[in-house]
Amino acid sequence: MVDSFIIDDRETPRFRVHRSSMVDPDVLARERAAIFDTCWLYVGHESEVASPHDFRTRRVGGRPVIMTRDAGGQVRVFVNSCPHRGMAVETRSEGNGRFLKCFYHGWSFDTAGNLVAMPDDEAYGPNFDRQNMCLPRPPRVESYRGFVFCNWSPTGPDLATYLGHSRTMIDLVADQSEHGMSVIGGTHLYSMRANWKLLVENSFDAYHAMTTHQRYIEMIKASGRDFSRRQQGPAAAGVARRGPLDLGNGHAVTGSVDTSGGEVMGALGRAFPDEETRARHKARRARLIELYGEEWTNRMLGGRNHLIFPNLFIIDLVMGCTIRTFYPDEPDYMEITAWQLVPNGEDERLRQLRMGNFLTFWGPAGLATPDDVEALERCQKGFAAHAAAPWNDLSRGMNGNPINSEAQMRVFWRRWNELMTGEALPPEPDVLFDPARDGRRIAGLAAR
Amino acid sequence: MSTGSPGPAPSPPEPVLGATVGSSSPELRAAVEEFLYHEADLLDSWRLDEWLALFTEECSYLIPATDRPDGDPFRDLFLVQDDRFLLEQRVESLMTKTAWAESPHSTTRRLIGNVRAINAGDGAVAVQANFIVTRARQSTVDTYPGRYEMLLEAGGPAGFRIRMRKAVLALEELRPHGRISIIL
Repeated sequence: MVDSFIIDDRETPRFRVHRSSMVDPDVLARERAAIFDTCWLYVGHESEVASPHDFRTRRVGGRPVIMTRDAGGQVRVFVNSCPHRGMAVETRSEGNGRFLKCFYHGWSFDTAGNLVAMPDDEAYGPNFDRQNMCLPRPPRVESYRGFVFCNWSPTGPDLATYLGHSRTMIDLVADQSEHGMSVIGGTHLYSMRANWKLLVENSFDAYHAMTTHQRYIEMIKASGRDFSRRQQGPAAAGVARRGPLDLGNGHAVTGSVDTSGGEVMGALGRAFPDEETRARHKARRARLIELYGEEWTNRMLGGRNHLIFPNLFIIDLVMGCTIRTFYPDEPDYMEITAWQLVPNGEDERLRQLRMGNFLTFWGPAGLATPDDVEALERCQKGFAAHAAAPWNDLSRGMNGNPINSEAQMRVFWRRWNELMTGEALPPEPDVLFDPARDGRRIAGLAAR
Repeated sequence: MSTGSPGPAPSPPEPVLGATVGSSSPELRAAVEEFLYHEADLLDSWRLDEWLALFTEECSYLIPATDRPDGDPFRDLFLVQDDRFLLEQRVESLMTKTAWAESPHSTTRRLIGNVRAINAGDGAVAVQANFIVTRARQSTVDTYPGRYEMLLEAGGPAGFRIRMRKAVLALEELRPHGRISIIL
């Protein structure tokens, strides 16, 4: 392993990342221990287990887990491995049932994880410790506004502290319906033959959009969306880009503010199909302003690409909101899972617009993501020559110019580097989250 | 070219033909098979504009998520949910070099079998068929198995036009494929 993965030279300026970090199996082994075993990792959204005894099984940090809602309505997370001999106690990916039963020897557990039955129980005798034969749990499980996380380390900051200013960005999504938010049915379960950190960079890389996603932009134009006014200033285009923000602990966000008064659907949405749909979008906006005020609403309806370190993105482009997480099985292979989050009680036309808009961009069969997969897989192939071509460059915006800055990626890499090597590099002061400017400014809601 | 409509395609019919053993007439099946082979050939030879011409003006092209094969496009997340406008955009962009995932084009081959077809009334023909599509590119071969559920109508130079074309993947997940950049 190289001594340092990062060159962080504020004077030149120059920010570089060593490509061995993308290919070296020893780096991945260290990432597992230093990052995935110490950070809060996303498990799922509470709406995925909406009713008592609902369950979902999935992998989190490479380990099998079950998320349930127990009889009392509490969301629980367990390791999907029987305390008896290790078999999965639930083999389906989702369902509902009062008992989780291991088919190997027939031990059964309730959805709160308690052992409720063992075949031929009497053979264990009266002193056998049945009480502690409950389903194993990750050392820590906590949630914030419906987003459930676990931590494979028993020590470290609690979730709220860990999330820090990321909570404000989650609020901007969670506030979008007074009836709550839900993950809908259907999951994008895909993969990439590339290092997971490439998808971190790509998931909030504004710089690549005009070249990699030219065909998507052409489609948006063909739908009637007018981008030409963009040249005359952000207000005319309807969406003002904000520079990236460093949210602390490796979390970062890029985003926009709706300046159109509800005339457009985010920075990348298709044109409204008709005036009625536009009117309903504006009515929704008016309701959000009633609830939260105009400033917060304009931020909500501007959209944002938000990284919660290390591997969770909440990407809200207004036209659709995706929750995306990924995990490396190999240095050059990751599994990716993505869900769509929608406001409960949404107007039917707006829901149709959302469903239609979302897929055209997001997802492994859209008009954008396949080209990202192509780009990242070809980057990965290039890294085979890392001895001859050792460095990636992420210097864009270090001179203070926020246009398509890469500062959000540098926030990630500095935290990654710190956890991997112990080397703490100072943040860039001009992109730090400022609670007075970027925080929640609505009286009465701030403490929520 | 049609303009951008909000998206979700009309709800698919109930195309599952399993309960109607023997109802697929040999003549109809033969005609549908010929049509499906023609369609597959157009796709494998990247004659996508000719393929697009097989569709009616009000049409849909759907691929449900792998964990919701019976999903409802109004309610559930899909992989592809194209109306006529998006299908045109998909096809036109695939013929440009900025469809990077298919530039240069991958090599594909389609095997189609287990074809069944019944007259569904109103001039429509409901079709169900199995497929295996292979895609070779960048030294890897990805295999996409699944089932077509289609709603055709008689007419056009190829014998039928496509109202609704749904490709239901017989995969639990899109791994290690990672994408569907071709037409399935």
